[in-house]
Amino acid sequence: MTALLTITDLTHTYGELTALDGINLQVPEGGRHAIVGANGAGKTTLLGLVAGTIRPPTAGRIELDGHDITQLDPARRARRGIGRTFQTPQLLDTATAVDNLVLAGWRHTGRRAEWAPARYRRLAARARPLLADLGLTGCADRLAGALAHGQRRLLELGVALASRPRLLLLDEPAAGLTPDAPKHLLAALRCLPTDVAVLLVEHHLSVIAALDAAVTVLADGRVVMSGPAEQVLADPAFRTAYLHTATVVT
Amino acid sequence: MSTRCPGRPVRRLAAATAGVLLVTAPWLIDDYTLTLISRALAVGLLAVSVAVPTGWAGLASPGQVAPYAVGAYTAANLARAGVDVGLTQLAAAGLAGAAFAALTGLVLVRARDVTFLLVSLLVGVLTATAASNWAALTGGTNGLAGIPPVRPVWGTPLLGSDRAVYGYVLLLTAVLVAATMGVLRSPAGLLLIGCRDNETRMRADGHPVNRYLYTAIVGAGAVAGAAGALSITATGYISPADVGFDVAVLVLLAVAIGGATSLAGALTGAGLIVGTQNWLAGPWQGHAPLLLGLLFIAAFYARTVAPALHRVRLPRREAP
Repeated sequence: MTALLTITDLTHTYGELTALDGINLQVPEGGRHAIVGANGAGKTTLLGLVAGTIRPPTAGRIELDGHDITQLDPARRARRGIGRTFQTPQLLDTATAVDNLVLAGWRHTGRRAEWAPARYRRLAARARPLLADLGLTGCADRLAGALAHGQRRLLELGVALASRPRLLLLDEPAAGLTPDAPKHLLAALRCLPTDVAVLLVEHHLSVIAALDAAVTVLADGRVVMSGPAEQVLADPAFRTAYLHTATVVT
Repeated sequence: MSTRCPGRPVRRLAAATAGVLLVTAPWLIDDYTLTLISRALAVGLLAVSVAVPTGWAGLASPGQVAPYAVGAYTAANLARAGVDVGLTQLAAAGLAGAAFAALTGLVLVRARDVTFLLVSLLVGVLTATAASNWAALTGGTNGLAGIPPVRPVWGTPLLGSDRAVYGYVLLLTAVLVAATMGVLRSPAGLLLIGCRDNETRMRADGHPVNRYLYTAIVGAGAVAGAAGALSITATGYISPADVGFDVAVLVLLAVAIGGATSLAGALTGAGLIVGTQNWLAGPWQGHAPLLLGLLFIAAFYARTVAPALHRVRLPRREAP
């Protein structure tokens, strides 16, 4: 499988603090890859550098499908096929769930000359089945700001998918959910399109296991371990280095 | 868009009543009051141009008074040069306002929140100062007076009466407000709301946020420029005092009173301010700012405090 995302010698510092130090990583097309590590290991910085919300890196190179995207701003990276969710759901609170999905798909429809109201209607019609897949049918016409946290998490996942990404960045999608809520999230994650590559940061190991993701363990900005989930998660060294900070969801 | 507020019967009735009163006003009121309403309509259109970036894009823009001034002086100088067709003046003023906004927007679009407000206000104040000093074009602090009347389109007679001027200003204000409303109710309005609500999400979805905001600033500049031309038609006079700091703040106040996400509210707010300054403050000389302050507090109370009080559920007392 060819690599969709290639990260080469990526280093990023905040003043004297080195957040990432020479990271090398590849995510193949349709692959699932999880980044785990204790708080402060550099996971969110890595995701921010890939998404472009943190840029430029101090050193290194990020390629998407062979094209250097290291210097591109987030909007251009999104138009090249990077969708994302955030640690805290980022939604348009005074817009409905449908409108959130419509705006997410607006720049990715491939018909830029289309009459705007017609495009709106087409995207709105496409949004409702996606909301149904996420179990949010009843929320379609509610304002995003009025939804519960778990619903907002799912809606944000829908927003990221509505942009038809080739690479989906998920930043702790299960964070802050009630004990039952990750089950809905897991169901949604298991149903992710197989042609969409996923780069995931998550403390909930059940989410990683459910995705059957390859795992890279970060500690102090460096890769300390990498490999298939079942191999890494069972490794005593991983447990020693990380597990005491993780929340296990069964 | 599904974010659109459903029209409530009371609001629709109020809008219909206001429409009927405005259309029948020439037969109901004197010429002086008619001139005041004409001026209020021009100021109302300026308030609409403030409401677009303020309410929809989240960029409080008192500096809209600058493209308004550019439009007004453009129309005034065209009229003095013998171009007496109103639509030509209006188009030229709109284009001049848009061009000015396109220039200043390059700086403004990089600012947000309070920084945007202050830079916008600075643009307005600097424009008024430039108007005071550029006497050849603006008449300096004395302004330009005795501006000739317009004819609506080619081949029509000049607007020789206050009633005719009022009808012209009312018609064009209605057309421009309707056009602005149409744009804001289209997906373009939704894109602006997205920029206002969450820029981070919009960028993550691939939207060129600054380009959207820049377009909104330029569009609002065109509306402000057109409002300037209508102001010239309504009053036949322009001076730096009509486009200065006081006007910038009052128009922002009008938008705050009427509700930033309502064009009808912006028009109403402008009407209330012009009315307060010219009628209510008449018998109570020197107290217009106080009355306007009370008006603002009343509007703020009506929109925020009163609804909140309605939502409060007092605990039931236990029976003894």
